[in-house]
Amino acid sequence: MNWIEIFRSGISTGTVLLIAAIGETLTERSGIQNLGVEGMMLVGAMAGFKIAYQTGNVWLGLLAAIAAGGLLSLAHAVVTIHFQADQTVSGLSLTFLGTGLALVLGDGLTGMTGPVIPRATIPLLSQIPYLGQVAFSDHNLLVYFGYLLVPLSWYYIHKTRQGLHLRAVGENPAAADTLGVNIYRTRYLYTFIGGCFAGLAGAAISVAIAPGWYSNLTVNGQGWIAVALVIFAHWNPWRVAMGGYLFGVLRRFTLDLQGPRLLFGLANPFFFNTNLVFFLQMAPYILTIIALIWGSSAARKKRIGSPAALGIPYQRGERGL
Amino acid sequence: MKIPYPVFFKRAEDYPKWLPAATSVAAVLLAFVISGVVLAATGADPLKVYSYFFKASFGSWGAFSDVVVKATPLLLIGLGCSLAFRMRLWNIGAEGQFFVGAFMASAVVMVPLVNLDTTPRWAIISLMAALGMLGGALYAFIPGILKAKLNINEIIITLMLNYIAVLWSNYWIFGNWSEAGFQMTKTFPKNAWLPRLADLAAEFPAFSGMTAHAGILFGLIAAVIVYLIIYRSKWGYKITLIGDNPRAARYAGINITRNTILVFMISGALAGLAGMTEVSGVVHRLQERISTSYGFSGVIVAWLAKLNPFAVILVSILFGALLVASREIQPSGISFLIQGITLFLIISSDVLLKYEIKWVRPAQETAQ
Repeated sequence: MNWIEIFRSGISTGTVLLIAAIGETLTERSGIQNLGVEGMMLVGAMAGFKIAYQTGNVWLGLLAAIAAGGLLSLAHAVVTIHFQADQTVSGLSLTFLGTGLALVLGDGLTGMTGPVIPRATIPLLSQIPYLGQVAFSDHNLLVYFGYLLVPLSWYYIHKTRQGLHLRAVGENPAAADTLGVNIYRTRYLYTFIGGCFAGLAGAAISVAIAPGWYSNLTVNGQGWIAVALVIFAHWNPWRVAMGGYLFGVLRRFTLDLQGPRLLFGLANPFFFNTNLVFFLQMAPYILTIIALIWGSSAARKKRIGSPAALGIPYQRGERGL
Repeated sequence: MKIPYPVFFKRAEDYPKWLPAATSVAAVLLAFVISGVVLAATGADPLKVYSYFFKASFGSWGAFSDVVVKATPLLLIGLGCSLAFRMRLWNIGAEGQFFVGAFMASAVVMVPLVNLDTTPRWAIISLMAALGMLGGALYAFIPGILKAKLNINEIIITLMLNYIAVLWSNYWIFGNWSEAGFQMTKTFPKNAWLPRLADLAAEFPAFSGMTAHAGILFGLIAAVIVYLIIYRSKWGYKITLIGDNPRAARYAGINITRNTILVFMISGALAGLAGMTEVSGVVHRLQERISTSYGFSGVIVAWLAKLNPFAVILVSILFGALLVASREIQPSGISFLIQGITLFLIISSDVLLKYEIKWVRPAQETAQ
């Protein structure tokens, strides 16, 4: 097994989860839970690949993916913020809507090849032994974007005035309202931003990490894993990054287990009985469940909760639940 | 960016009895209109598609029998979801519970657990149904206990379990239970088939070729039982109370932990039974793709029926028709699209039930 390769590809697949989960973190910090990440990612993946394929310009594809994810999230925003509908059901229907839209509009794209995001090697940093090879050489540009996104989003949430407003709206909207923060506008804005990130994450699959359109198998549950990651990470970008990359590495590791004849000096069961591969394929989903259990019990011990107003619609003058 | 507030929502005390049904019907119709626009945008002729839709699902008794076949699992799953959603337990895992139920029912034939030649047909089928329900219930126990004891988001757990259940079933049909290397088990012996309408063709020639099977009876009986639970039993009242106001329920001394697990398991048992009817009544073997996202459509069915068990029957027939028609329609995502739009419109229309909507003119606002 090639450990360098496992970590390299773990970072690159982890970037997808990272981007989507940071977007969802921002949305949830404002008190809106958007479970439609899977649908928005699918639409983003479809739009990104379709536009990149048709125009030959991968950057236009990325823009289209961001716009598509953002537009779709507005449906959730209107329904949950203005109509005060249940956020769980709305998020679910967003996933259906996104899946349907992506399948209908992506009809006929399967099997095509389009342009992909260029790769780059960072000078100097790539010379660091091991780490340079793993993290800084020959990655697509979105991976580096992910490195920047983590500290920037953390700084934004915790150290800026806008970030303070964001947290206030998610923790205590009534208090924020009396201080003149526009609750509805803030929630619309961050739901939209979360949608944009989800769209970008979808495109990160279809034009960078696993180029192409494979109908709903393109995203294959990663949107849900991203939602779980946000909970596991206690709404903290650093923990999102840690979880996302760890997840990517473990995922690649379980896939690579099928390769060698010998595993830790013993006959490799996955090599000799190919049907056991189905158990390896379960690994990401089992890992997600374990991560959720672990994350939520750790949160209980440290008394970290979700944003207090998460999932509760706000209307001026009405008591929340 | 300034969002104007021309609309003002006033909490409504009550609404006319016909309003929920009217909004559901309007949502379905509007969903077809909006999907038609999307279809037109992709270059298809929506009217042609829809008339084909109608013919393929209600054009003849044979077609309608196919609709009933598709409606059977939707009915069972929709009922399970209705019960769980009343308690605000988001069991999105019907798909996985369906697969586990199908797997357990198949185990009766594949292991085999009983002598298939000597055991009477009713006994085999009863055992398959019982094990299917048990499988679904046990599988739903996992998210149930995690939700009840650790308050872990059941949506994500049930979704992850969906993927795991499909892979588990694949492990068996690709491996030990595979027939001659194909990705399916052998065909079950007739003793393990749910009776079909076509079985009666000797007496009633009109039934020949009709595939509707006895699973629909399970569904109808379940609908009555769920109705009695929700509307006529003390336990049903407790469930609804926990969903509407968990704090009040706790003060009233209702055991939320136990009820959470129990409702999850019943919901799972119904989905597992749906899986059993599909392998025993339709495909007569365990294979890949026994479900065309029944688990997810069941969620929409429950919501569209406003969690009313009898309305679930009607809505599952409608969605069965949608599934039958969409088998032959390209692009394949169109039924997903219609389902997604319908669900969105339904939840948006709830605002009509909860609030009286008033338009506030800026002049009025300043006058206040």
